[in-house]
Amino acid sequence: MKRKSLGFILADTLYIAMMTLPVLAGLILKILTKPASEGISVTGAQIYFTLPLPIQSLPVTESQINSLIVMITALGICLFLTHGLKTRNISRRQHLVEWAVEKVDAMTLDSMGEYFKGFPPFIMSILLLSALSSLLSLFGLYPPTSDINIVAGWAILVFALITYYKFKCGPLGYVKSFCDPPLLAPLNVISEVATPISMAFRHYGNVLSGSVIGVLIATGLQGLSKIVLGWLPGFFGEFPFLQIGLPAVLSIYFDVFSGCLQAYIFAMLTMMYVSGAFNADEYFARKNKKIKN
Amino acid sequence: MLELAIGIILGGCALGAGCAMIAGIGPGIGEGNAVAKACEAIGRQPESKGAVTSTMLMGCAIAETTGLYALVIAILLIFVAPNMLVNILLRAIA
Repeated sequence: MKRKSLGFILADTLYIAMMTLPVLAGLILKILTKPASEGISVTGAQIYFTLPLPIQSLPVTESQINSLIVMITALGICLFLTHGLKTRNISRRQHLVEWAVEKVDAMTLDSMGEYFKGFPPFIMSILLLSALSSLLSLFGLYPPTSDINIVAGWAILVFALITYYKFKCGPLGYVKSFCDPPLLAPLNVISEVATPISMAFRHYGNVLSGSVIGVLIATGLQGLSKIVLGWLPGFFGEFPFLQIGLPAVLSIYFDVFSGCLQAYIFAMLTMMYVSGAFNADEYFARKNKKIKN
Repeated sequence: MLELAIGIILGGCALGAGCAMIAGIGPGIGEGNAVAKACEAIGRQPESKGAVTSTMLMGCAIAETTGLYALVIAILLIFVAPNMLVNILLRAIA
């Protein structure tokens, strides 16, 4: 096999640094700014600093910084995986990225249809961003998905897409889509507004409940180890030995499985809602009519 | 008197959070039904396992939504509401 050139190795190192350094920087920032607290407590995202703006000052929180970290990491992963693509004799990382791209392409084609051919990159970025955000809690950082502001932003983006594809059939078509049975129009409007709310709450609630349960169990184990091992002398009596390892077992479900599942569900719901909002028959009928005129 | 008022606020918040989580029954039953039917379907047609599993996960996620609304309300009642209400009370007294 041909040896890799120096430039290739240098670029690889840069990309790996792009993947790891932001997480390290986030950890250091958290350690430096975290106020000393008694025991374990459930708190929201910590405010790092406040930007003074003319209308209202903008607090920059942990979740915003962490979602920037996730974005840089995701960019690093993408650049690393797609570095040095070849047509023959392909490397392991190219196998991986080809598999992922084919999977997402098939998934999108399966649930959205032929018209939405351009959607796989969007779906893939939602998947990657959401999964990495939830997995950030494995490093001890605050996962951005357990802050409703971040997830609500994504849900509003999806809502804008839904509205855009409903408007494809013209403004009249948009109004008509609510009056499917004309009597139920108010309920349809409510369910339309409820779509982004329920999407945001679903993702946020799942991740947040996982972290709250994790904190509760960690606190409980601290108390339990004080009761069970409290009679030991000195350091051994003080140190919460039961906290080592046991919360990690639950973390496999709540952080890894639940986080990845929620990313999949968010992407799946995005595809379902967007493709459901687009009325293909009417759109093509209108288009043909226009061409004839 | 102030202690009693704060105690009533804390107790009311805790009771409200507990009552809100009654909503957890519904998703529990619903998801149990969904998984049972999915198991039946896979038993009848093992070749459609992938499609059934992904549809089931979707359905479970949607059934879970009401429970999560209740969870969010309970979390707000436990971690956010007491502080806010006590502050309102203290401001009203002062």
